[in-house]
Parts: sequence; structure tokens; C-alpha cells
Amino acid sequence: MTAAEDVLSRPRQHRPRRRMRPPPINWTFAAGAAILLAAILLAIAPGAFAPYEPTKFDYKAILKGPSAAHLFGSDNFGRDILSRTIWAFRVDLQIALFGTLFPVLFGTLVGAAVGYAGGWAQVVFGRVVDAVVTFPFLVLIIAIVAVLGPGLINLYIAVSTVGWVFYARIVAAEVAVQRRLDYAAAGRVMGYSTARILLRHILPNAITAAIVYWMTDMALCILLGSSLGYLGLGAQPPTAEWGVLIADGKNYMRTAWWISIFPGLAIVITGLGFSLLGDGLADMLRPRR
Amino acid sequence: MPDAGYVLRRLLQMVPTLTFILVVTFVLVRLLPGDPLSAIAGDRVTDAQVAQARAAYGLDQPVLVQFGLYVKRVITGDLGRSLIAQVPVWTLVGQRLPPTLLLTGMATGIAVALAVPLAFISALRRGRASDLVIRGAFQIGLSMPVFYIGLVLLTVFSAQLRWFPVGGYGDGWGDRVYHLFLPALTLGVSLAAVLMRNLRSAIIDVLGAEYVDFARAKGLAPRIVLTRHVLRNALISTVALLGPTVGTLLGGAVITEAVFAIPGVGRLMIDSIYGRDYPVIQGLSLTLALVVSLVFLLTDLLQAALDPRTAG
Repeated sequence: MTAAEDVLSRPRQHRPRRRMRPPPINWTFAAGAAILLAAILLAIAPGAFAPYEPTKFDYKAILKGPSAAHLFGSDNFGRDILSRTIWAFRVDLQIALFGTLFPVLFGTLVGAAVGYAGGWAQVVFGRVVDAVVTFPFLVLIIAIVAVLGPGLINLYIAVSTVGWVFYARIVAAEVAVQRRLDYAAAGRVMGYSTARILLRHILPNAITAAIVYWMTDMALCILLGSSLGYLGLGAQPPTAEWGVLIADGKNYMRTAWWISIFPGLAIVITGLGFSLLGDGLADMLRPRR
Repeated sequence: MPDAGYVLRRLLQMVPTLTFILVVTFVLVRLLPGDPLSAIAGDRVTDAQVAQARAAYGLDQPVLVQFGLYVKRVITGDLGRSLIAQVPVWTLVGQRLPPTLLLTGMATGIAVALAVPLAFISALRRGRASDLVIRGAFQIGLSMPVFYIGLVLLTVFSAQLRWFPVGGYGDGWGDRVYHLFLPALTLGVSLAAVLMRNLRSAIIDVLGAEYVDFARAKGLAPRIVLTRHVLRNALISTVALLGPTVGTLLGGAVITEAVFAIPGVGRLMIDSIYGRDYPVIQGLSLTLALVVSLVFLLTDLLQAALDPRTAG
């Protein structure tokens, strides 16, 4: 019997249909998402998790180290550091969101328009980007906050004035590549409007890098917000914000290290969450070749 | 060396950058609520003085003319007077710039010294435990605010162990380097994390390049291949990165100086903000932006010298 006959003589097996294999779990992404979900939960309902009021003074528990009653210890007013750190999730995640929202939206639109137009628009835009990138970002933000006055709203204004440029640069570069591809040409041949081709067809393919950068940017924004808070230019005391909390404890570092150390760990863990999520997203969204 | 045409083109690119810097620093003070004069002159002035100053600063002129006057002042080196110290801003900047430059220079040195060997180990042992540990450590370094690193180092090494002074800026070069070591380490760790991340992937790319295969195939010792071919090419990408990160570095220096009480421009900037000393804020923003664009220029030229392909 030949091999072919052998195959043919076999009873026809009903082979199970090949199902789509579920994509392998991206652990980087999962870890980042888990950290951030926990952070978001704390930000939404800090009262449910914080054992004490974040601003309540307790003169019987001044500068007490970590214990069962105060897991992260207490500060010079007897305020509970754990509760303050938890309440600060709300403020700092808000900084991450509000500090990047306008830059993402506006930067993406400008980048899409510039990248699609190409030619002179791109040359001029390139020069603008070069000039903005040259300006030391933090110095510019500090200068703007200095002029507008300290506080979170002015921090958002300052970050938004500069931040959109980075998104626009990323999106413009990607759109400039995509618009030359066949599917964009097909859209044009079919008589679709420019807006439709750009927004519905090109942008979804061009936005990946910007979204990944957004994750990094939110982490950077928290670093920036807490730095300004530390310097007294961001969130104002007694608002519980990580930078403000760390500044509260800076004079007690030798005797009561817990005041500054725990809020700092919250920054590191949240920042790690954003980086992991960004890296995981980059892996998942990267086109497979 | 890069050819004259490239240098010229690169210098021409400075024109829009410098214009932008001038416009931003000009607009900055104009964003102030009310008359910019009140910011320049302070509160304790009479009406006559206001009118006089108004004419002197050209504030009765159209905005474009005012901008022209501003540019003219800047070009002649007149950045105005500090409201608090009552000396020319330029004098203050001249006093405060050297500590900042030394700090950022040392931080860059420390960052390169940390990032290059670690990136090498990490790239050569990709996926193994040492790679994971190094990358994890730097990932954490990347998420840590500069002031936090500084505060921890200050507490441990200065206050507890007393290995280093708790801050300030010494006399004489050796003492200064000693005073600035911890601050530079603080600043260098963050920069090292950025450098290391990019350098690692650059090294991995270079390791897969054909000329490295060829160098190996012709029988060069692995050590020679690494130092002469891989290291050299990977360093080019490090130099390329130093330009864009210098702005971040100066920003970090502002914070580091606040933590370690270093009398540099960063500290001057913060003090001027608290004291609403707007001429100083304006002059400092201008100076720092100029420093950054100069470093950009230098790293671009250096890169072109190291790698003629980039000077296309």
C-alpha cells in the first residue's frame, strides 16, 4: 500500500477545527495593569482603605515608628503616614491624567495633520520641535509655574503648553510613513474624505507609539508633579501629595525616616506600574513580522 | 572632522532655536498678571518713577519694538538687574553657573561610568539572571524621583555615616568635587538609567551587525572585537543621547541643588521664584536654554566626528 492509499483508506477523522489560540499572557503587561488597577482603586475610594483621616492630628501619636496602630508610622503632627500615602494616590494619579490629557489629544491631532500634509508643514514643524526640545523642560515648567503661581492648575497649564510637542512628533513621523502605504491610496481612490482616511484609517495604525509614550509620560508627570510638590511649587500642603509628604519628612530623616520613605515607595511602585504597562503594551501592539 | 558644510548647516539650525528661546523668555514675563513693569520695578515706586522706567524699558512702544529692544539688550549682555540682590542678573548667573556645570559634568561622568559596563554585561548576558537584575535595578532607578534618591543618599552617607558633607560647595577643586560627589551620584543614577536602557539595545543591534560577524570570522580575539568594534559603535549612540538628555539633566540639577543646598543656578532659580525676582527668572531661563542648545550643538558635532554617516 502506498502512502497515499494509506491516508485515503483511513476512516475520515473529524479533526477538531483549529481554534484561535489565545495569545500568550504578557506578564509585563499583566504586572503593570495589576499595579495600576490597585492604584486606581486606592485613588477612587481612599476612605475605604485608609485607616485614619489623612489630616487628623493626634498628639498622642507624634513621630511614632511603624506599628500595628500605624503601619507606616506617624508624623510630627501625629498624622497617619499610611492614610496620607493612600489619599495621595488620588492627587498624584490625577496629576498623571490631567497633566497628559491635553498633550495626548492635541499633540496627536497636530501630529496627524502635519504628518499627512508633509512638505513644508513638516519642515516647519520639525524646526519648532527642535527648538522646544532644546529648552530644558523642567526649567521651562518651573519658570511658567513661577510666573503663574504655585498650584496644580498652573502645573497642568505649564505641562500642557510644552508636552503636546512630543506626541505630535511621534504621531507625525508615523503618519508620514502610513500615508504612503497602499491602503491610504485605496481610500483616496475610493473618494473618501481626507478626514475619514486620516482619522479612521491612518490614525489607528499610527497611534501605537504615542500610546506607549503616554504611559511613560504619565510616570514622568508624577515625577514632575511630586518634584514640584517637594519644592513647594505644586500641590500645596496640607494636601496629601507624595512630593509634599516627602518634603514634610525631610527634616526628620534621621529620627523618623518613615515619614518620607513610604510615600517615596508609592511613587516608585506607581512609576514601575506605568513603565511595565507601557513595555507590555509595546510588545503586544508591535506588528508581528 | 565633520566638513565645513555640515558645521555651517548645523549652525544655521541654531537660528530658529535661538529665536524661539528669545520669544519664550520675552513672553514669559509678559504672562504676569498686570503690568510687567510692576514685576521689573518692584512695589515701592512712585508714579514718576513708573513713567520713567516705562520709557526706559520701552514699555510705551508696540510689542514688536519691545521685543526688538529685549533682543538688543540680550545681545549686549544686559539681562537686567536682580530685584533682591540689586546686582546685574548676569553677575549672579556668572557666580552661580560654575557649580551647576561642575555638578552636571560630574553626573554625566558617573552616569557613563555606570551605564556603559552594566549595559555591556546586560547585553552580552541577555535573558540571564544578571541581565534581569541590572534591568530591574535601572527600571526602579527610572521611577525614582531625583529628590528622593538625594534625600536617601544624604541621610545614609552624610548624616548617618558622615562620609560626605551634608551639602554646600567647598573651596578649591578637590573639596568641590568631594562636596558634589553625592549630588552628582543622585543626578547620575537617573541619567544612567536612561543611558543604559538605550545603550543595551544599541549593543544588541551592533552585536548582530555583519561587520561584527566579519571581525569574528577573520579571527580577531573576542576582546578586540568587543572593544574596537562593538564598544566604539555603541558609544556613538551614547554620545547621541547625551545631547537630548542634557535638558533633563539641568532640570534634575535644579532639584538636586535644592536638596543638597548647592549654590548653583537651580537654587538661584528656586530662590528667585519664592522672592518673585522676575528679571532673574527670565535671565536664568535664557541662560539655561542657551547652555542646552550649545551642548546639543557640541554633541551633534562630536557625533559627526565619530560617525561621519550622521553628517549627511
